[in-house]
Amino acid sequence: MANSTSAIARKKMRTTPKKALFYIKRDRMLWLLILPGLAYFIIFKYVPMFGVLMAFEDYRPSKGILGSQWVGLRYFLDFFHSAYFSRLVRNTILISVYSLLWGFPVPIIFALFLNELRDGPFKKVVQTVSYLPHFISVVVLVGMVQSFLNPYDGIVNVIIKSLGGTPINFLSEPSWFRTIYVVSGIWQNFGYDSIIYLSAISAVDPQLYEAARVDGAKRLQIMFHVTLPGILPTVIIMLILRFGSIMSVGFEKVNLLYSPATYETADVISTYVYRRGVLDGQFSFSTAVDFFNSVINLILICTVNKISRKVSETSLW
Amino acid sequence: MFGFSSSRRHNRIRESFSDRVVYCITILVMILVLIITLYPFLYVLSMSLSDQGSVLRQEVWLLPKGFNLKSYKKVFSDSSIWVAYGNTLYYTIVGTIVNVIFTCMTAYPLSRRRFWGRNFISLLIVFTTLFSGGMIPNFLLIKNLGLYNTRWAMILPNAISVFNMILARTFFMGIPESLMESASIDGAGEGTILWKIVVPLSKPIVAVLTLFYAVGHWNSYFNALLYVPDIKLQPLQMYLVKLLVLAQDQLAEGDGDLLQLAMEAMQTKYATIIVVILPILCIYPFLQKYFAQGVMIGAIKE
Repeated sequence: MANSTSAIARKKMRTTPKKALFYIKRDRMLWLLILPGLAYFIIFKYVPMFGVLMAFEDYRPSKGILGSQWVGLRYFLDFFHSAYFSRLVRNTILISVYSLLWGFPVPIIFALFLNELRDGPFKKVVQTVSYLPHFISVVVLVGMVQSFLNPYDGIVNVIIKSLGGTPINFLSEPSWFRTIYVVSGIWQNFGYDSIIYLSAISAVDPQLYEAARVDGAKRLQIMFHVTLPGILPTVIIMLILRFGSIMSVGFEKVNLLYSPATYETADVISTYVYRRGVLDGQFSFSTAVDFFNSVINLILICTVNKISRKVSETSLW
Repeated sequence: MFGFSSSRRHNRIRESFSDRVVYCITILVMILVLIITLYPFLYVLSMSLSDQGSVLRQEVWLLPKGFNLKSYKKVFSDSSIWVAYGNTLYYTIVGTIVNVIFTCMTAYPLSRRRFWGRNFISLLIVFTTLFSGGMIPNFLLIKNLGLYNTRWAMILPNAISVFNMILARTFFMGIPESLMESASIDGAGEGTILWKIVVPLSKPIVAVLTLFYAVGHWNSYFNALLYVPDIKLQPLQMYLVKLLVLAQDQLAEGDGDLLQLAMEAMQTKYATIIVVILPILCIYPFLQKYFAQGVMIGAIKE
């Protein structure tokens, strides 16, 4: 009881400006240290946040953000009524959903099987090799994809031809884009993404394994009834995180992988913003599109966090 | 004693037939994983080393057919790749130094329990991962700050990664506060405490930060694409981007003589890919355990 009142008292003390000033003065060296970092976040993160105001005005670089004409929601309405709206939203969501559907289970399965291997050089080699693609740049990844799917000498088409089929120009077929995006993504990240599950597996109580073995459980039974339930909380957290970013598809890979021939299935919000904004110079309109996307993302991650807190008692904040 | 060891042996013998089948399948799956992961690298390497005839006849699928370094000679004869390589080295070294210093200086005060305002500042920083101004306001900011088309545009906009900063803060929080208190009683300033006590005690995390940041710089092309149109300042990845786009265009209209030209361009492309990833492939086996370590520390936080 006394403890809690003193806590309240301390809390009250903390809020007075005089006390705050005292703390700041006492820790002025710490404030000095954090100043460059704080300046970085304010200049490079918070200033652009106020830059989104230009989504609501007819921004002219010569007049600046404060001097330009306000137009309200015009650019948002333009976007919602344009033919691009449904295509961009559909492409963005579908690419995420397919990545999630096919890509999410792979690192878990890989971690479960890797855990079955006896410790030794073979396991080390598998682990080391599987992380490797993660450290290759997107540019190199796309270069490799291009060379594999090349209609003339790419290995995939060479195989198709030797089997008597006609070569497919995969990278200019809209129907192939998502498959290429998802499969190359899995190839690049399954190993690295498995690390978090491996660390979760190593935290499972060894007594559970011993008990299961004493009871005569088989390898697969142990995998399904001990290991998998042991890492389930981690799996749920990762799944929730992925749901939170379902409306954000990274710019870098799509930008390199797509072409006007595949815009129909490949064009996502971020690449559209780049073309309209940076290349065509329609700053206000593209900022409106980007802002719409950011708001959706923020709502999604907050919702998902709330659900997560209720369901699994774990949350990001 | 004897009983214990015999029971263990008994256990091993008892490993059932089905368990051994599962183990064999596991090993087969893992071998398959190895092949799938390594094959693309080998293919690109073989294509870049094979002689032109074999590439044209589409005979190369695993190991190089013939041997020819012509494509590598061609890659290195282009002076702009040297410029790009130099730029990438510059951005990686200078950028990583800036990153690590900024990150440690921000993470340290936030790791101190006595630091008034740490919760508020942490919140301020973490919020930037949830919401951002977006591409265009960032683009205009870089222009307005006068960073457009300068080397700083490759370094300053990514000075601190929030993930890495939290990684460092979490690690610093594990260092006993009493060490810092006693140092400050001895008259050491906070800066001295950070560089002389905290950082030396945090070598593993500093290694992880350095690696994460350095690989990020080595692989990045986004900033160059948006902020640095000057070819003399562009990094290696941007050089490769142009090559990829070019090769695609050439092949789209390629037949006859043009096809052979396009094939040459392809081989040059393969050689360039190898040149770009070689440094990472070489240092990777020595460093990969640190990356894994970094992910683990990050996971503990959540």
